[in-house]
Amino acid sequence: MDYKLTFKEFNSALKKDKLLGRKCHDCGKFTCPPKMACQECGSTDLDIAELSGSGKVVTFTVSYVASQGRETELPYTIVMVELDEGPWLMGNLTDIDPNKVTMEIVGKAVKLGPHSKVLPGDAYSIGAKEAEGGFARPTFVFA
Amino acid sequence: MRKVAVVGTGHTPFTFAAEKSCMELFSEAAMDAINESNLRPGDIQAMFIGNVLGDFSEGQLMVQSFCADDIGAFHIPSTRYEGGCASSAVAIRDAFIWVASGFYDAVLAGGVETAAKMGTPLATRTFAMGHDSHYEYPTGLTFPGLFAMLAHLYSSKYNVPLGKLKEQMALVSVQSHQYGLHNHLAQFHKEIDVEDVLKSFMVCSPLQLYDCCPFSDGAATIVLASEEKAKELTDKPVYIIGVGQSSSGKLSSQKDYLPRIRAREVSAKQAYAMAGIKPEDVDLCELHDCFSIASIIASESLGFAEFGKGGELLEKRETAIGGKIPINISGGLKSKGHPIGATGASQVCEIVHQMRGQVEPERQVEGVKIGLTDTLGGDGVVCNLVLQKGW
Repeated sequence: MDYKLTFKEFNSALKKDKLLGRKCHDCGKFTCPPKMACQECGSTDLDIAELSGSGKVVTFTVSYVASQGRETELPYTIVMVELDEGPWLMGNLTDIDPNKVTMEIVGKAVKLGPHSKVLPGDAYSIGAKEAEGGFARPTFVFA
Repeated sequence: MRKVAVVGTGHTPFTFAAEKSCMELFSEAAMDAINESNLRPGDIQAMFIGNVLGDFSEGQLMVQSFCADDIGAFHIPSTRYEGGCASSAVAIRDAFIWVASGFYDAVLAGGVETAAKMGTPLATRTFAMGHDSHYEYPTGLTFPGLFAMLAHLYSSKYNVPLGKLKEQMALVSVQSHQYGLHNHLAQFHKEIDVEDVLKSFMVCSPLQLYDCCPFSDGAATIVLASEEKAKELTDKPVYIIGVGQSSSGKLSSQKDYLPRIRAREVSAKQAYAMAGIKPEDVDLCELHDCFSIASIIASESLGFAEFGKGGELLEKRETAIGGKIPINISGGLKSKGHPIGATGASQVCEIVHQMRGQVEPERQVEGVKIGLTDTLGGDGVVCNLVLQKGW
């Protein structure tokens, strides 16, 4: 069974500010990031769909520690966003100083900003041809 | 299925960077377990070894094969388990099933890790390989980051003001250190108070340094035998009477249940059902407190408190010796340490030692008949084991 919407395609689209996912033929719900089977009902009869990129913050953290090689990013804000279409998507929040982030951002409306930040990859993704040019990370701004 | 008993245990001290290799540490623990079982290495029919990051910490794959040879268990089947922080619990569950089914009579199961050796930047990077490498790691997710997000979500979902939640979380760490102080195997031997926790370095908001377990090195292992074989070897068998295991997708895919870890509820239900017990029947629990918030979340999914009320167990001292449900009287992952491949086996060793009256008197729990272990690997492999005193 072919993998219909791979990371390679998701990643390329995200670099062009498009958020792709899958819409289930059986239950009508969305799965994003894409999977082989529907997030909600497990069906593998799924179409490729474009999502709006809009949603609200459900939780977050400001990180003061980094994986080896990523120290220059510190500090940074990770958010979990509940997209309007239903799925949750992890990304970064960029239009607020991380040191100013508090619980107040929970529930705030956000949208995918232009130019999602790209992670170049490291020694452990040298072989990742599916991420040629780097891993785009969903980069959110306040709506 | 036959009954299966723990007949012997082995546990190295859990430490900062060790000067021994994974293989050497595991061999030490293995020989202790085999000797305690009144067996010889040649009696062991198979080995089940948890080791997550030996490839990165020592450039060593296949530690399981080298370990078998090292202790003179020549050419026996030996398998490595990678289940993140749940690795050795998963190894023990599998070993249990092989013996219960009748395929083996006596096996060795446990785990080893040398994570502290890697230093914080590499350890942080390699642990983060447990996350979805394509869809979530690129955001800068790390394990403290994941549990930090669960802490903020817990606060908003259950309407526990963040300040109050952080104090409840701090009580978890304070209790861990209180008991770790008396555990000769523990990595940390110092008491802390709530203020120490709240003044410590911010790792990933809202988790501070003392909310987080350390990187650790060490090994732990047990010998499992069929009931009949166990009778020849020990008069203090501890039976495994229930097992459970479950898996999860990446964090965002768990949206319907977070901050609950649904996999734990699935796994615990299996273990409780198989053992024929309810949460209130558990006399002692070793659960996965990799971060203070993780302990509160685990206690709820294991049925010890209502969702959103786990912190009250700490406030009312219900998790201390003498409380309703003693939790992590070993010092837990926070103060005993967390060499991730070894932790599941360490929890089983602790419960066996408590049942046998073999721990330091300051942290001895009386009358333990039923024990529960709980480990969570990566974003969601959970394994639960129910143990019963067999004499």
